Amino acid sequence: MKYIDDYRNPDTAKFIVKDIKKSAKVLEDKNISVNIMEVCGSHTMAIARFGIRDLLPKNINLISGPGCPVCVTDSGYIDTAIKLAESGVIIATFGDMINVPGSEKTLSKCRAEGCRVEVCYSPITAIDLAKKNPDKEVVFLAIGFETTMAPIICMIDSAIKEGIKNISILTAFKLVPPVLEALTADPELRIDAFLCPSHVSAIIGEKAYEPFVEEHQIPCVIASFEPVEILLGLNCILKQIIANRPEVENRYKRVVTHDGNEMATELINRYLEPYDAAWRGLGTIPKSGLKLREKYSSINTESKLNVTVKQGKPNSACKCGEVLKGKIKPDECPLFGKACSPINPIGPCMVSSEGSCAAYFKYSRH
Amino acid sequence: MDEKIQIAHGSGGKLSSQLIDNEIVFRFGNGPLKGLPDAAMLKGFKNNIIFSTDSYVVHPYEFPGGNIGNLAVHGTVNDVSVAGGKPKWLSLGMILEEGLPIKTLQKILDTIKESAEECGVKIVTGDTKVVAKGQCDGIYINTAGIGEAIDGFNLDKNLIKENDCIIVSGNIGDHGMAVLSAREGINIKNGPLSDTGSVHRLVQKIQPYADNIKFVRDPTRGGVASVLNEIVSNTSIGAILDSEKIPVAPGTNSISELLGIDILSVACEGRMLLICSESVSNDILTEWKKFPEGKDAAIIGKINNDKGRVTLSTVTGGTRLVDVPMGELLPRIC
Repeated sequence: MKYIDDYRNPDTAKFIVKDIKKSAKVLEDKNISVNIMEVCGSHTMAIARFGIRDLLPKNINLISGPGCPVCVTDSGYIDTAIKLAESGVIIATFGDMINVPGSEKTLSKCRAEGCRVEVCYSPITAIDLAKKNPDKEVVFLAIGFETTMAPIICMIDSAIKEGIKNISILTAFKLVPPVLEALTADPELRIDAFLCPSHVSAIIGEKAYEPFVEEHQIPCVIASFEPVEILLGLNCILKQIIANRPEVENRYKRVVTHDGNEMATELINRYLEPYDAAWRGLGTIPKSGLKLREKYSSINTESKLNVTVKQGKPNSACKCGEVLKGKIKPDECPLFGKACSPINPIGPCMVSSEGSCAAYFKYSRH
Repeated sequence: MDEKIQIAHGSGGKLSSQLIDNEIVFRFGNGPLKGLPDAAMLKGFKNNIIFSTDSYVVHPYEFPGGNIGNLAVHGTVNDVSVAGGKPKWLSLGMILEEGLPIKTLQKILDTIKESAEECGVKIVTGDTKVVAKGQCDGIYINTAGIGEAIDGFNLDKNLIKENDCIIVSGNIGDHGMAVLSAREGINIKNGPLSDTGSVHRLVQKIQPYADNIKFVRDPTRGGVASVLNEIVSNTSIGAILDSEKIPVAPGTNSISELLGIDILSVACEGRMLLICSESVSNDILTEWKKFPEGKDAAIIGKINNDKGRVTLSTVTGGTRLVDVPMGELLPRIC
C-alpha cells in the first residue's frame, strides 16, 4: 500500500463526497441540520488544508473544538516558563510554544534576549540537554493531551532510571473525554456529533468514549487525519444520525484498538493523577487535567523549583476562548487578520500549529 | 596527511600563491583568468547584458545530490537564464574558514569546474579570503554572472492575463528537502536528492515562443508559493493550482509529509516556473520533456480572476489558500 496515495486518492474522496451529499439530502428533507465538532486541532488543520469545510452541504456544519493543547493553556503558564528561563533554567519545549504570547512577551523573545530556550522534536532531547549541562536545571514544558503525555512520561521514566537529577517537567496535561462532557453541557452550543481525535484515541482506545455515548446518545466517530478518512468519518456520522444509531465507531482501526495502548495508559496512571484543570476559554472542568503524583515531586518543576503557575493576563480583546468552544469562527473575531496574525499573534489560536485561527488564516481566509 | 586551510592561505603571501596556483589556476586558468589579472577583459555582446549575482551559504555545504559548488554555478546561471539571457561568464568569490580541509575545497572546486563546463560558462575572475575559525561556516561563495539577452523575450508580470498557464519544469521541493534531510540526519532509502542543475537549455529551447511567454522565475527560497504570491499580490489576477498535477518526487513527498512542511513553499534549485499563453503551453511542455532536466515538466495551474489570491484545488475537490510562507521555514538553504 502506498500510504499517502491511497488515503488521498481523489476518486475515492469524490465518491465519498457524493455519498455525503446524499446523506445530507436525506437529513435536509427532514429539516435536520447537523453540527459536527472536530475536537482535535490536527483535524481542524487537515480539514482546512484539504478544503473539506466548504465542500459540505449547507445543513452540515463543522465546528472546530478545543483540541489544541497550546491554545487551551493559560498565558500564566508561559509567564512561569519565561520567569524560569530568565532565572537561568534551560527550557526545553516543543516548537509551538515559543511564539505563544504570555502576559508580556514570548519565549522566542526571551531566547533572543539571551535565555536558553531549546526547541525539541522529541522529549528525549531534554535528557540529552540535562546530560550535556550537568550544572543547569532543565525544565521540559509538558503540555499536551493523551498522545503527548505518553512520550513525555516515558522520557521522565527513563530520566529517573538513568539517575538524571537536573531535569523536571512543568505540567499542563489535559484529557479529552471530560471536555466532551463540558461542551455537551454548554447551553449555548448544540453539538450533534463528535469527530474524535485520531492519536489521542490510539492511547485511550474506543472504550474511552463508550460511557459518554451511552449517556448522551451522541455519535462519536474516530478517523485519521487523511482527507479520505476524514470524509469517511463525517459520512459515518451522518449515517448514524439518519439511522438514529449513536455509537462509538472506529474508522482508524489500523492504529486505534478498543482498549487503546495499555502500556502507555499504565505508565500515565503510574505517574499522574487527575485534577480539576482550568482551560483557557472553557473555565475549570472537573477531573480534566493530569498532574504528577505527590511521590514524584522531585521531577515536578512546581515543587522542585518552588514556582506556581498563576492565571495570566491575556489581551482583553482576544476571543480565543469563544473560538475554542466553536461559538465563533476565527474570522468573526475582530482582531483576525488585522491586529492578530501568525507574524503578530495576540492569542494562542493564531500561533499554534493546531490552532483554529492559524488554520483559517493559512488555508481559508479571504 | 589531511591538510587544512590556514589564515596564511588568505594573506597574499606564499601560501596564498600556492593555493591559487594549485587550486584556482589549475582548474580555471584558461581564458580571461590566465595570468591572474585583477579584472577580466571580456568581448562585448550585440544585445543587452544580463547581469546577476548571488551568495551561497547553504548548511550543510554537502547534501544529497550536490554541494555548495553546484549551487554557486547553477544558481547564478539560472538567474541569468530566467531573465531571458544566455549565460557566459561567472566570477567566483570565496570566503574560507580556517580549518576547512583542503580536500573538501578541492571537491567543491571540481564541482564548480564540472558544473561550469556543463553550462557552457567560464570562470573569468574571482577572489579568495580566509577568516578565523568560527567566523564563517566552512565556505561561503559568491558568484556573479554575465549573459547576453536572448532575442524576443519580453518578460513582464504585468503582461500576465486570465487563463494563462502556469508550468513548472520538473519535480518541486527536492532541493529544500534534500538539504533539510542532510541537516537533520534523516536518511531514508530513495530519499530526496537536490535538483540543483541548470535551466539554460530549457530557456534557450523555448525562444521561438518568446512572444507568448510572460514570466519566468526559478522558485528558490519560498518555493512556488512565494513566486506566485509575488505575482498576484495587489493585482486583479489570481492563480489556481491543481494538486493532482503538481509533480513531486516520492522521497521528497515523504519527507515533507513527515515533517509537516508544505512542498509548495520549499526551495528548488534547478527548476523554472513559467507563465505563458494557453496557446503555447503544450508546445513548451513538449519541448521541455525532450531534456532530462525537463522530463517531469507539467502544467500545474492557471491564472484566474480571484484577485490577489493563490489557491489550490485539493484531492477532495475542495480548494484552499496557498499562502506566502511565513518566516524562514528553512534557513540557509542556498
